Amino acid sequence: MSIGQSLPGTGALASALGGFRRAYGLVGSVILTLLGLLVITFVIARVVPIDPVLAVVGDRATPELYERTRLELGLDRPLYVQFYLYLRQVLSGDLGNSVLTSRPVIEDVARFFPATLELATAATLLGVVVGVPMGVLAAVRRGSWLDHLVRVVGLAGYSIPVFWLGLVGLLLFYAELGWVEGPGRLSVGYEDIVDPVTGVILLDAALAGEWDVFRDAFAHLILPASVLGYFSLAYISRMTRSFMLDQLSQEYVTTARVKGVSEARIIWRHAFRNITVPLVTVIALSYAHLLEGSVLTETVFAWPGLGAYITSSLLNVDMNAVLGGTLVVGLAFVGVNLLSDLLYRVLDPRAR
Amino acid sequence: MTATPLLEVEDLRVRFHTDSRTVEAVRGISFALGREKLGIVGESGSGKSQTGRAILRLTPPSAEVTARRLAFDGIDLLAATPRAMRRIRGARISMVMQDPKFSLNPVMTVGEQIAEAHRVHRRAGRREAREKALEMLDAVRIRDPRRVYDLYPHEVSGGMGQRVMIAMMLVPDPDLLIADEPTSALDVTVQMQVLAILDDLVSRRGMGLIFISHDLDLVASFCDRVLVMYGGQIVETCRGGALHEASHPYTRGLLAALPQVDRPPRDLPVIARDPAWLLPLPPEGRP
Amino acid sequence: MTAAANRPAGLRAWLREEAPSSRLQANLVQLYAGWRALRRNPLAMIGLAIILVLLAVAALAPWIAPFDPLHQDLANRLTPPGGAHPLGTDDLGRDILSRILHGARITLTIVVLVAVAVAPLGLAIGCLAGYFGGWVDSVLMRITDVFMAFPRLILALAFVAALGPGIENAVLAIAITNWPPYARIARAETLTIRRSDFIAAARLQGASSLGIIWGHVVPLTISSVIVRVTLDMAGIILIAAGLGFLGLGAQPPSPEWGAMIAGGRKYILDQWWVATMPGIAICVVSLGFNLLGDGLRDVLDPKQR
Repeated sequence: MSIGQSLPGTGALASALGGFRRAYGLVGSVILTLLGLLVITFVIARVVPIDPVLAVVGDRATPELYERTRLELGLDRPLYVQFYLYLRQVLSGDLGNSVLTSRPVIEDVARFFPATLELATAATLLGVVVGVPMGVLAAVRRGSWLDHLVRVVGLAGYSIPVFWLGLVGLLLFYAELGWVEGPGRLSVGYEDIVDPVTGVILLDAALAGEWDVFRDAFAHLILPASVLGYFSLAYISRMTRSFMLDQLSQEYVTTARVKGVSEARIIWRHAFRNITVPLVTVIALSYAHLLEGSVLTETVFAWPGLGAYITSSLLNVDMNAVLGGTLVVGLAFVGVNLLSDLLYRVLDPRAR
Repeated sequence: MTATPLLEVEDLRVRFHTDSRTVEAVRGISFALGREKLGIVGESGSGKSQTGRAILRLTPPSAEVTARRLAFDGIDLLAATPRAMRRIRGARISMVMQDPKFSLNPVMTVGEQIAEAHRVHRRAGRREAREKALEMLDAVRIRDPRRVYDLYPHEVSGGMGQRVMIAMMLVPDPDLLIADEPTSALDVTVQMQVLAILDDLVSRRGMGLIFISHDLDLVASFCDRVLVMYGGQIVETCRGGALHEASHPYTRGLLAALPQVDRPPRDLPVIARDPAWLLPLPPEGRP
Repeated sequence: MTAAANRPAGLRAWLREEAPSSRLQANLVQLYAGWRALRRNPLAMIGLAIILVLLAVAALAPWIAPFDPLHQDLANRLTPPGGAHPLGTDDLGRDILSRILHGARITLTIVVLVAVAVAPLGLAIGCLAGYFGGWVDSVLMRITDVFMAFPRLILALAFVAALGPGIENAVLAIAITNWPPYARIARAETLTIRRSDFIAAARLQGASSLGIIWGHVVPLTISSVIVRVTLDMAGIILIAAGLGFLGLGAQPPSPEWGAMIAGGRKYILDQWWVATMPGIAICVVSLGFNLLGDGLRDVLDPKQR
């Protein structure tokens, strides 16, 4: 469940969407995929639980509320009617109320999502900035210490549980060395200084010119982002290496050498330009999976994001909140991959 | 011919080492080349392509290249630093490879790739390189150079791709061109066209040419001199027009195997191979 | 003595026979060649050794564990590693080493159960889709695509939330969310088998479609699916540990490694060993499966490296 190994090869999601795309075109594929997600969440909400009403209202609800909810959900009617009602409700932006926070789930999600976005983005940035050059150089110097390092980092990334790495990280860098701040997004004294405009504290603090808040937020972000980013790094560097190895053995690289082009230029202008397209897919896939991996990381670091929201709702059997969160993560997943698909069309001359 | 030849090759050997054994692809060949057209023929695996790549020092990392002398214009190629080698490649020795589908970079426009070949060696501005590339596209008889300049390799045909390749390799005006099976990936109909362009440009610029092919007839009609390679060795050297005078049984076998238009083929003869051909020709050649 | 010395040599020769005389021998020859290739890969051998140790530990846990994994000794709670407790004790004074040794059984059980649940599911869907083609294929593959397009961990979490926590439900949730890759493999294999002559022959003899699938298609596709499941073992271990960590998998006082880390979380800053030790166990075991998996991949698919 560390994101490391839940990442399939390059193409799982790309090809999943690809299957649809061939059949129904890009827009159709996205709509069908989303519909599929709604079916799954509907099944989890209404078919799997022994008592779906209890799952929505919680076990301390009054009999009146219980009965009212039962009728609202349409549980006395056939399943397809129930699905239609569910669909209509979700499409109008109503994800139900959370038992735990007693607020509409959609509001909760909007409040918690930016924190997850901030964490996953910082982690992906780290993975790209370190992982891509590492993978390229490992391929160029095949068999060197760097090449072995990429292999070891990759193996570890597929073997270490992310929540454990987070705990060990806290122990080392926060408790022992004191290099970073502990759990949470901000230290106690810095809360509520900056108005949430975007919800991303680093941005909000920078916009407000509150550089002390910015520094504090950064010191809180760096460790969870590094832990999460490690898995992104492991995956990205490994894929970059194998893409580069493939390209460097191509004949056009020999052509460039015949022309007298320098090795640096061959690597970056010729071979690397050819891997940018698959690399975009890999990065998007890794980003999407970090949104998912944040569930465990946020729990460890008490990071008030969507992942922590989903897990705390899970433990309190707050089904509306769980499914609302799942739906939003699923949506983000599809969105990121749609984006990579569009980028692919822009970047690859053969796809235009 | 001038006093120092353009290229001197003496006892060139290319060996491939794998975990378990060593394969010798080129086993001690020697020849010299002036500003002339030299053909190297042989079947696949005869070592002809590795010879071409060894001259440019572009054999794969697993290969070991040795020679008593491998010199271009007096420069010892085996002792040259990578930097010096890069100055020679493209600018002085170039190579046209077999299949433009693989030898052109798929994500750069063909114009960019030609312009790059120019800019690598001459400190030229972007616009000057572009002009030069357009000029070169015109020289390889591409009708609408401005349009073709912005095309990607997958958007041009095989014949046009190979003409682009020739343009790219000739734009820095090299002294020696190695053409490694430049037409075998092309349709028969465009083969002659591409060859005519190559021939014309090479003759007009007075360059040396090494033409590597498995096609004996083609090489014979195209080149001044022909080396016949078999099993990594040169088994025979003849003048281009006088191939029928060849004496080595392998060459004669190759010639006999060619189908003739005026004699409808019944059974194409199979070459009878003699292990004795593989014995080292000059006995002192082996280290 | 001589007979004993000859036998293995004879067996080895039989296993290297280039012209096998039976189908069984042919299969074994291939297997043996793969094994010899694998044996040359030291990392894969380390992985295999780790897994063998895991198996041995799981089998012998009650005999080699110094303490009862559930026995509480509040007088000795949170003892640092050393002495009678080589890996220390947890907040209830239980011996961490004994709990880790017993936890190996749980980990192994989960892995086996998931494999047993996920392989038939993927196999059934893939074989049906591949064999029948047409709209059956379209519908089943679209469902597969939907499952592949979504975050598996989150879906597994949602399933557990609906089903209720516990090991069986965690296994079920992992299986429900992880079958699509196996369905794709089974379908791809089925597509090639479907066109073979012996399937046509079976059909001409009047065999039913389901009979053909069960009798001919499944036996031929099952090996690729099993290989792929083996390669994914580490992932299954980590997902299960994650569910345990969130309190959705094995329930206390069960010595499941993920749940043990969750239990030690409170003490991470002062009594680091409580959470750290079970994590090391998870890392080592999944590393073992990954190393072996990498080696297997090299043997089975030499092109892709």
